[in-house]
Amino acid sequence: MEKVGIVGVGQTTYERSKEAPVDELVFEAASKALKDAGGDMGHIDNIITVSNDFWDGRTISSMAIQDAAGSWGKDISTVEGDGTFGTFYGMMRILSGSFDTTLVVSHMKGSEGIMNLITNAMFDPIYQRSLGIDATSSAALQARLYMKMSGATEEDFARVSVKNHKNAKNNPLAQLAMDITVADVLKSKKIAEPLKLLDCSPISDGAAAVVLANEKGAKRFKNSPVWVKGVAHCSDAYSLGYRDLSRAPALAEASGRAFKMAGIKNPLKDLDVAEVYDAYSYMEPMWYEGMGLAKEGGGKDLIRSGATEMGGELPVNPSGGVLSAHPVLVAGMARLIEAVLQVRGEAEKRQVKGAKTALAHGINGPCGQAHCVFIVGS
Amino acid sequence: MGDWKSEVKNIVYEGQIKVPYKWNVGETGSRFFIGLRDKQEIWGVQCPQCKKVYVPPLKTCGTCFVNTDQWVKVANTGTVESFTVVNYSHGMQPAKPPLVYGLIKLDGAGGSFVHLIGGIDPAKVAMGMKVKAVFADKREGTILDIKHFAPV
Repeated sequence: MEKVGIVGVGQTTYERSKEAPVDELVFEAASKALKDAGGDMGHIDNIITVSNDFWDGRTISSMAIQDAAGSWGKDISTVEGDGTFGTFYGMMRILSGSFDTTLVVSHMKGSEGIMNLITNAMFDPIYQRSLGIDATSSAALQARLYMKMSGATEEDFARVSVKNHKNAKNNPLAQLAMDITVADVLKSKKIAEPLKLLDCSPISDGAAAVVLANEKGAKRFKNSPVWVKGVAHCSDAYSLGYRDLSRAPALAEASGRAFKMAGIKNPLKDLDVAEVYDAYSYMEPMWYEGMGLAKEGGGKDLIRSGATEMGGELPVNPSGGVLSAHPVLVAGMARLIEAVLQVRGEAEKRQVKGAKTALAHGINGPCGQAHCVFIVGS
Repeated sequence: MGDWKSEVKNIVYEGQIKVPYKWNVGETGSRFFIGLRDKQEIWGVQCPQCKKVYVPPLKTCGTCFVNTDQWVKVANTGTVESFTVVNYSHGMQPAKPPLVYGLIKLDGAGGSFVHLIGGIDPAKVAMGMKVKAVFADKREGTILDIKHFAPV
């Protein structure tokens, strides 16, 4: 297969409530990514924007940010979903042979709507929406099923929150960098049991962008690309009751395909760092199992052992992860950008020493209905 | 030009999106809701290939990618597979918190069913608890024709 790499990355800071409107955030992220690549908008063949109408509060919201994305006179397309899926699509457009470079930009202003109302509307209007469930209450149903299947405890989930918020202290872009204890998490406000406030990611604003190029397109830029070694995505059933919510078979499928493509046989050993979509604390050990970093039910042992802390065998979420900033749609792309920075050796205080191969993970839909996995390497 | 930004205080425009909408339930879903409304019965559909019984009904089995066509009556009773007690309040919720949501595996159904659990102190809800559908007095052919599931 033709090689596609990530030649430039850009992120805004992630904050609870940014005054700048979405187009300014998009412009900031896109400009930073182009500057990082060592090029300009003239080097971009096509553009993908990632947005969601309901979060933006406007119909076909993708069209409203095209000026800021530099789209005038260019071939554009749009994705409604996580930024990893947008990046996957941007890569496919290069692989189609039509383009040599793609700019992918995602944005979110979670502070401008009401998360619970917006995520309630992702459920079927006829069978589930009027019950009032949302992202958090459905996640709580999943958390308890996962606890029953795996034997993981609320303390194990708290350990994830402690680890990731601590890691965020090394990430100047993160929103919730803090030293907390397992006890702090356990006694934080009950939101949707067993989930407590510090098990839940925050509402965030921010934008991110990546510049993708094939070998020919990469020559246009001063920076050298980090190559996509493997990538795949997979989806599961929409309705919660029709899925095995205690496991992540779609993630097993997506990561398995991405590993095969990248020649990874033992992910725990072969990967140097992973950035995963921990929208709620319990998800991290669950995703470990889905990705084969631990056997079924073994996610709790991996978190208890400290193997995924900074300095451990496989640091997971050195950036602080999604628990430390959750701009929906942007968050998976932020994971990918962090993976790229790690492989480049430019992750500053959160750098995993000598990282050569990194995993980035994004999800779509309630309780991780769909998963996208990238493996990037030098 | 000067530093004009320091003199500007951001304005926030507050609005509300309110769009009336109607969703056609379709023949399969309508038959399910008519069962709830008129007979206080819960019906599912069975996949002709994998034999899984979907409640609420699903026109297409996602596993086998074939249309389901066999109607199967399932019990009004089931088991709590998972639950959560929600302590926050938002406009989309049908009642004031604490609200208890459950994934309920109805006896005779293949998957589980998301609904409210009621008629019990939220602190006493447990995994594996047997529950029974409590129907609303006024039924209009919606999912809330089942008021909630209460302990048997």
